[in-house]
Amino acid sequence: MNMVDSAPAMHNLIGSESDSQRTLYPYVTGTSVVGIKYKDGILLAADMGGSYGSTLRYKTVERLKSVGKHSIIGASGEISDFQEIMRYLDELILYDNMWDDGNSLGPKQVHNYLTQVMYNRRNKFNPLWNSLVLGGVKNGQKYLGTVSMIGVHYEDNHVATGFGNHLARPLLRDEWHENLTFEEGVKLLEKCMRVLLYRDRSAVNKLQIAKITEEGVTISEPYALKTFWNFAAFQNPTAGAEGSW
Amino acid sequence: MTASESMPHKGGFSFDLCKRNEMLAQKGLKQPGFLKTVCFDLLRNNDLGYFYDGVILGADTRATEGPIVADKNCEKIHYMAPNIYCCGAGTAADTEAVTDMVSSQLKLHRYHTGRESRVVTALSLLKSHLFSYQGHVSAALVLGGVDVTGPHLHTIYPHGSTDTLPFATMGSGSLAAMAIFESKYCEGLSRDEGIKLVAEAICSGIFNDLGSGSNVDICVITKGKQEYLRNYMSPNPRTYISEKGYSFSKKTEVLLTKITPLREMVEVIEGADAMEE
Repeated sequence: MNMVDSAPAMHNLIGSESDSQRTLYPYVTGTSVVGIKYKDGILLAADMGGSYGSTLRYKTVERLKSVGKHSIIGASGEISDFQEIMRYLDELILYDNMWDDGNSLGPKQVHNYLTQVMYNRRNKFNPLWNSLVLGGVKNGQKYLGTVSMIGVHYEDNHVATGFGNHLARPLLRDEWHENLTFEEGVKLLEKCMRVLLYRDRSAVNKLQIAKITEEGVTISEPYALKTFWNFAAFQNPTAGAEGSW
Repeated sequence: MTASESMPHKGGFSFDLCKRNEMLAQKGLKQPGFLKTVCFDLLRNNDLGYFYDGVILGADTRATEGPIVADKNCEKIHYMAPNIYCCGAGTAADTEAVTDMVSSQLKLHRYHTGRESRVVTALSLLKSHLFSYQGHVSAALVLGGVDVTGPHLHTIYPHGSTDTLPFATMGSGSLAAMAIFESKYCEGLSRDEGIKLVAEAICSGIFNDLGSGSNVDICVITKGKQEYLRNYMSPNPRTYISEKGYSFSKKTEVLLTKITPLREMVEVIEGADAMEE
């Protein structure tokens, strides 16, 4: 990262010039990611929208990616910073493979690496503007954790970023239990994503579900959720009350 | 001189409307009696109503002052009319004052017209008051009731806009409660299913939002009947209560009383400097 901003920074020792290199606000953003542990591994769900402010600019942004053999990552927030994180992670996995020692980085280690990266960037007032969800299975042990842009990290049985914290986590707290089957897990995630679709303005009706088990990673094809709009009160809302909607 | 218009009424009856009433009677309008009122409204049976012909309102009972819980068990479901209740979120003083004011206005209106209040009346009174204060009266309300035109549910925002909805949530816990409604609401719920759903949504707010807590209040309004279930659920009891109760130690026995006056220890130094004044 230092190669990029060395030229302008050299002109100015104090570094007011390098303010232009810091992330001040996010531009192209992804909305929530929701993740749960289930019987065989981890399930993550994210929609495929990349908003440019209040415009829904990109509708095929893959926000779920696999990392090495044992982990999957989902990101919300600035998409370009997510691409940068993927470059770091690819480099990390590459170096790990080059050791060729029969050992491979598990989800807990990748999570720790990400925490350090995010926290150190935040300390330099140049954060990677993302909230990440990291999940994986290694040697039968399931792991699901999250890192925010300031380095707040924890692991839990169910996590969510962004609006998902307010809308999806209450549902997950009520309905998650140990040993969900794959179908039940997907149904629960779809329930959360449907509520997010109704109530989050930057959500799009095109989502992917990523599954990781001991066997490997599967990221589903994009699909849409069914929504219901035929409530009686929506048919003619101003029938009795003129001036409302 | 237009004496009749400029001079004030001296009392007695005003016959201003007589000619008009006569004209209407000729056209066939039945004059209303004194004690009873003749109702010409058509009674509609709203099958796809909210909770089968009724409205269910729910609220938590926590009132906060910044980070402190000021009232653990306050009442957020306010009475507007026998058939209309209003839940208030936002500044407590504002919600109380505004609902009390509109409730009195509705009562006077009931005496004036002789009819049961309609939910849209309360709605219009509330929204025009809130709009005229341009959002400074910080009251976010959920108004529900059943009148002759059927069951109604409205939300009113502090700036004065209103929505007509099948289900609504307001306040800091609104996202947590809305998540429950969006996933579990469907039309044609029975009374008990409806109460269960509203209680579940309020509990979701209580447990997932810091600004909500303590107990669940429910109010069920159906045609001609309302049930105010105060503290319908208390999912936050005090956990550590000693079964033995509190027993304070017995007063110690008095064996002997002896008073020893204390000697004054004041040194008087002769010939020293006078005291500083």
